[in-house]
Amino acid sequence: MTSVSEPAPKSNRSFNLTSAQRSRIFLNIIGIVILVLLVWRIYIVAVDRAYPIQYWAFQVINGLVLGGVYSLIALGYTLVYGILFMINFAHGEVMMMGGFAGFFTLQLMNSLGWSDGTPLQSAATVFFAILAGMIVSVLTGITLERLAYRPLRGAPRLVPLISAIGASFFLQYTALLLFGAIPHNYNKPSIISGGISVGDTGIFISYTGAFIFVAGILLMMGLFFIVQRTKLGRAMRALAEDKETAALMGIDVDKVIVLTFALGSALAGAGGVMLGFHNTVMRFNTGFIPGLKAFTAAVLGGIGNIRGAMFGSILLGVLEALGPSALGLPTEYKDVIAFSILVLVLVFRPTGLLGEVLSEKKA
Amino acid sequence: MALLVVKDVHTYYGKIHALKGLSLTVDEGEIVTLIGANGAGKTTTLRTISGVLKPRDGSVEFDNEDLASFRAHEIVYKGVSMVPEGRGIFSRLTVFENLDLGAYHRDDDDGIKQDFEKVYSLFPRLYERRKQVAGTLSGGEQQMLATGRALMARPRLMLMDEPSMGLAPILVESIFDTIHEINQEGTTILLVEQNAHMALQVAHRGYVLQTGEIVLHDSAESLRENEMVKKAYLGME
Ligand SMILES: Nc1ncnc2c1ncn2[C@@H]1O[C@H](COP(=O)(O)OP(=O)(O)OP(=O)(O)O)[C@@H](O)[C@H]1O
Ligand SMILES: [Mg+2]
Repeated sequence: MTSVSEPAPKSNRSFNLTSAQRSRIFLNIIGIVILVLLVWRIYIVAVDRAYPIQYWAFQVINGLVLGGVYSLIALGYTLVYGILFMINFAHGEVMMMGGFAGFFTLQLMNSLGWSDGTPLQSAATVFFAILAGMIVSVLTGITLERLAYRPLRGAPRLVPLISAIGASFFLQYTALLLFGAIPHNYNKPSIISGGISVGDTGIFISYTGAFIFVAGILLMMGLFFIVQRTKLGRAMRALAEDKETAALMGIDVDKVIVLTFALGSALAGAGGVMLGFHNTVMRFNTGFIPGLKAFTAAVLGGIGNIRGAMFGSILLGVLEALGPSALGLPTEYKDVIAFSILVLVLVFRPTGLLGEVLSEKKA
Repeated sequence: MALLVVKDVHTYYGKIHALKGLSLTVDEGEIVTLIGANGAGKTTTLRTISGVLKPRDGSVEFDNEDLASFRAHEIVYKGVSMVPEGRGIFSRLTVFENLDLGAYHRDDDDGIKQDFEKVYSLFPRLYERRKQVAGTLSGGEQQMLATGRALMARPRLMLMDEPSMGLAPILVESIFDTIHEINQEGTTILLVEQNAHMALQVAHRGYVLQTGEIVLHDSAESLRENEMVKKAYLGME
């Protein structure tokens, strides 16, 4: 009777894993196998191809620029998710609308001769194009919130998601109808054309790339300041934790939600114009893939987390730029790499690299 | 003079009829307590007054104004603030940021500064912890924070939902002392409690709520002596 603590049941204990633990271990093994294969492949390719250092530098710079654009878009996903726990799948299209506004502004400025006029006129052209992009995206974003999302607040989480996908198609085909299927060529103002070589290293930095990177960082610093330091930002953070209590503090919840959409859309609009400068074309479906990429970046960094969105975007941009060469694949495979990263993150670390475990209360 | 008049209010959660014709009044300067068992509808009553829930029937009047057409945040402007059930502090914001949110709708900087000083002198602990993230506070400190935050609105009426919940007896004493002190300084209080013993000591009047209906109301003194209250809420035979 007193032999309850016999060694027999004890030695069994280590085999009595719960199914969750077992699948965890299984996942880890798969993860290690994938990692080893990747490293092996990169090693083989590195020995085999031996690209010059300038080539890698070029790719890294390219990746940083792309990452800068992604993060402007990713921040919109993360801001809205942080507050409403919904993925605004039409966010890429919000960006595309801003991109078109930038295109028409550039056309206008070009016809006035400012685009390639004095440096001041040319800089003003860039400024107005971005401003127009931000304004049009903000209008698109808040209209979307009002018509497609607000009426569904409080519905099960899948419902606004479906509405967002619908809105995404609606905006794409609206743009198709308005602007046609042909690619619209971005008229690059002279001030951001060309570039400089860094000494005699053979490394070339385009002015467009440098501008995108610097302007992107400035905009993000602005956002960071708003969220961390202003009254609106404090209200946003309170709302993210508990909407009812936020209302009991005298916070107008609807207004803060609209402003959140406006902020995210403004960044997306700027991102859309920058993407136009970077890719030099704008089409009705231009928002789709970058939208998905930025979403991937937000998930990679930890959705709902502002720092995570920036970090994830830069990382994704660089991985996407380096990946094909490092793995010895054609560049067309960069999208495959980006979305493989999305799948891997969702499987191995759903909270993202900088993400926290979301509390149930918020959902 | 009645500051708050709740008249024949019916509140629903979908099909659940949570408040069935509830009426109560709170006069300027009073502490009124609302006692009742779990699920009686105490929290629902406070949420209806604060505008988070809208009654399907009946009315809530504050300072002779019908609140039906105002949203929750607008009712805060009118001078009603709340210490919510479970405290509702923003755990990722600092103590200072939480308190400052209490004064969100105000722009009288001098007045806000005064109220910070008042809250910090009422709860010196909050001053020590002002830069700390609120989620790391102890339960007692969180209760102080929730109370201080509600005071930062400079309310005329403060709604408190079970402030003593989950606190050690010595802290419960000090919370009720604080409630008394706040009232002495001129804030009217509607206090929801399960700790009827303490609530009936600090309050002037009390209402007893049972499954969405007021079954008894009287001065706190008389309620303390009432046989039914003694049996059901004070644990006395
Ligand atoms: N969000 C909700 N949805 C549906 N029913 C609810 C909801 N909140 C409360 N109820 C129901 O309404 C009734 C009153 O609940 P309420 O929270 O007001 O009680 P309470 O008196 O505050 O109880 P406690 O002392 O446990 O806090 C209960 O029957 C409860 O189940
Ligand atoms: Mg309750």
